[in-house]
Amino acid sequence: MHIIVVGLSHKTAPIEVREKLAVPESRLAEALHRLCAYRGVREGVLLSTCNRVEVYAVVDELEAGYGRVQEFLADTHLALSSEQLTPHLYWNAGDRAIGHLFRVASSLDSMVIGEPQILGQLKEAFEVALTHKASGVILNKLVQKAISVAKRVRTETKIAEAAVSVSYAAVELAKKIFSNLGEKTVLLVGAGEMAKLAAQHLVNNGVRRVMITTRDLHSAVDLAKRFNGVPIPYENFRHEMAEADIVLCSTGASHFLIRTEDVQRVIRQRMNRPIFLIDISVPRNIDPAVKEIDNAFLFDIDDLEMRVEQNREERRREAGKAERLVDEEVGVIVQWLKSLEVTPTIVALRKRAEEIRQAELDKTFSRLKHLPAQERLVVEGLAAAIVNKLLHGPLVTLKSEANSASGSMFVEAARRFFHLDNPSAPLSLPDGVREEIDLSDPLVSVKSIGLEGERGSIGPDEPRAQASQSDF
Amino acid sequence: MSVMFFMTTMVLYLGGTAFYLAYLVRRSEALSKVSLVFTGLGFLAHTVALLTRMMAAGHVPLTSSHEAISFFSWALVLVFLWVEARHRIHILGSFILPLAFISLLSAAALPKEVPTLEPVLRTVWLHVTLSILGTVGFAVAFVAGLMYLIQERLLKSKRFNVLYSKLPPLDFLDQLNQQSIVLGFPLLTLGILVGAISAEFARGSYLNWNPEQTWALVTWVFYFVVLVGRLTVGWRAKRAAYLTIIGFAGVVLTFIGVVVKGHGPMV
Repeated sequence: MHIIVVGLSHKTAPIEVREKLAVPESRLAEALHRLCAYRGVREGVLLSTCNRVEVYAVVDELEAGYGRVQEFLADTHLALSSEQLTPHLYWNAGDRAIGHLFRVASSLDSMVIGEPQILGQLKEAFEVALTHKASGVILNKLVQKAISVAKRVRTETKIAEAAVSVSYAAVELAKKIFSNLGEKTVLLVGAGEMAKLAAQHLVNNGVRRVMITTRDLHSAVDLAKRFNGVPIPYENFRHEMAEADIVLCSTGASHFLIRTEDVQRVIRQRMNRPIFLIDISVPRNIDPAVKEIDNAFLFDIDDLEMRVEQNREERRREAGKAERLVDEEVGVIVQWLKSLEVTPTIVALRKRAEEIRQAELDKTFSRLKHLPAQERLVVEGLAAAIVNKLLHGPLVTLKSEANSASGSMFVEAARRFFHLDNPSAPLSLPDGVREEIDLSDPLVSVKSIGLEGERGSIGPDEPRAQASQSDF
Repeated sequence: MSVMFFMTTMVLYLGGTAFYLAYLVRRSEALSKVSLVFTGLGFLAHTVALLTRMMAAGHVPLTSSHEAISFFSWALVLVFLWVEARHRIHILGSFILPLAFISLLSAAALPKEVPTLEPVLRTVWLHVTLSILGTVGFAVAFVAGLMYLIQERLLKSKRFNVLYSKLPPLDFLDQLNQQSIVLGFPLLTLGILVGAISAEFARGSYLNWNPEQTWALVTWVFYFVVLVGRLTVGWRAKRAAYLTIIGFAGVVLTFIGVVVKGHGPMV
């Protein structure tokens, strides 16, 4: 039994190949059925996003499994042959495959490190696999673990914190000048794409009021509708500027629209309240000399890009921490997988039974002190016979199921029925005590896994996620 | 007893100062937690020290320079803990704690015995308490001003370093500056009034124009102008930061004047 991943991503394949392989959600179920129909493929999860197509599978034999999954991938598109795919694919097995899954979930393998969407996509892919029973004990456990690892990475490192887009960097800077954007007004001068995006981010971050001015009043009116703002006639935007705490400038003009004297006047009118000016235009629309004016904070496109580069660096540094965290978690899960092997389980089961037999015999003999040696032998024989007869069924089943598709499920069941991973736990409980069943366990109820509760906790609404950074 | 707790406080504040200064330049967030623990424990020890001293003296321990400076340090840390609890601005500690520690150090250098008071000076503690609380306000305004100027410089020169990422937004610092003065100024005013009235009772004159009284009045006028300027003609942001730094320097000079003049009661 082997855990493998075969796939390609933005790192190994151009968009032309990725788009051919991508499986739309509507056809995911059918694809999973096809995957699991291959001989020797026991479990499968198919992750298909615009940046990656990957198959995670549990297979009987490694080489054959790789071959089957590659065949499956090639079959998803008529125009693709297995040979054409080979140069773009990666194959990993065992702890390397698990590590890959954890890294993907934690967004360490993403184009923009730390972006939040991939976790949601993985959850969706997993749900489909669950619904169609393509994933079983092993992949259930692995994917759930991957999701929790990703959350741990998010909370314990700053991988998703710093802004990595120019427009978001503007918001980040604004927050270093103003503590509460909810009281602030932004003036949008011109309708450049980047400035609109920055304005959108500012609105998403709670900016109270948006004023818009463009050379052509119609587009100002249109934009005002979009941002629920106020259009300002272009001729007198300089007079309205004193009301703005943030000025976003992005026009096609080839000269300075905002000069030092304008800003000096505005600062006076604002009674020295700081004003934050962002000039995303090339050529620049705000006189760079404005930087020298007290309480005016001017940033141009280069400043913002420098900030973004620093933040990327920061994310890379945090990614190093995250990698160590992932390695640690892979170690934990590999231990769990080892426990699923049949032979150690049989040994542990026998040992457990022998311990119980010995303990019960000791108890009995301490009460029957005068029992002759021969009768003691009979009692010992009786105990041995009961133990052996009781164990016979489970042991035979374990051995015969070892190589079947549900082998690991039997192993896991045996380990839990007999408390093999927790030998100190009592096997028999006092009357009136009912053991609580952990419903979230994949073995007990595959369908009741707490996915519903978790869905949406990582998504566009999550404040840290900066999901609105659509311009990476 | 009181001295032992006082020394414990010094050691804890020294630890807090060291960790908070390290926090300024290191990436670690854990440092701020360690520093906060030191500061919190130091504050407790300090509180106990002040209480035991009060019980020993039988009156509020605010009659000697040592006591006054010690109380200043205590109130400063109290204000810091309050702001930290409300706004989680850890880096404030990197500025406040050194100030609290230096104050305590200078208090330690002064005679610690409890002065015997003439009955007429028994009300002096009220004058001192109010003046010190006012001064704490100015000290916080000074720290906020200093932080403002640093953050303003970092933003203007586009140096987005560790310090930049830890300093709070500019307008938070400006508001902290304003609120500290809005609270500190009336307290100082009351303190001066109470002092003048008790001086009238003790000596028959409200004011005898000695250098430190003159300085105190100059300070009062200065902060009055700063406050009115802010509220009417917009002396905020960078200018307010500079003014409150200068003002606090004046306050410190007044203190030194009082201390140098005599170690006795402060009227």
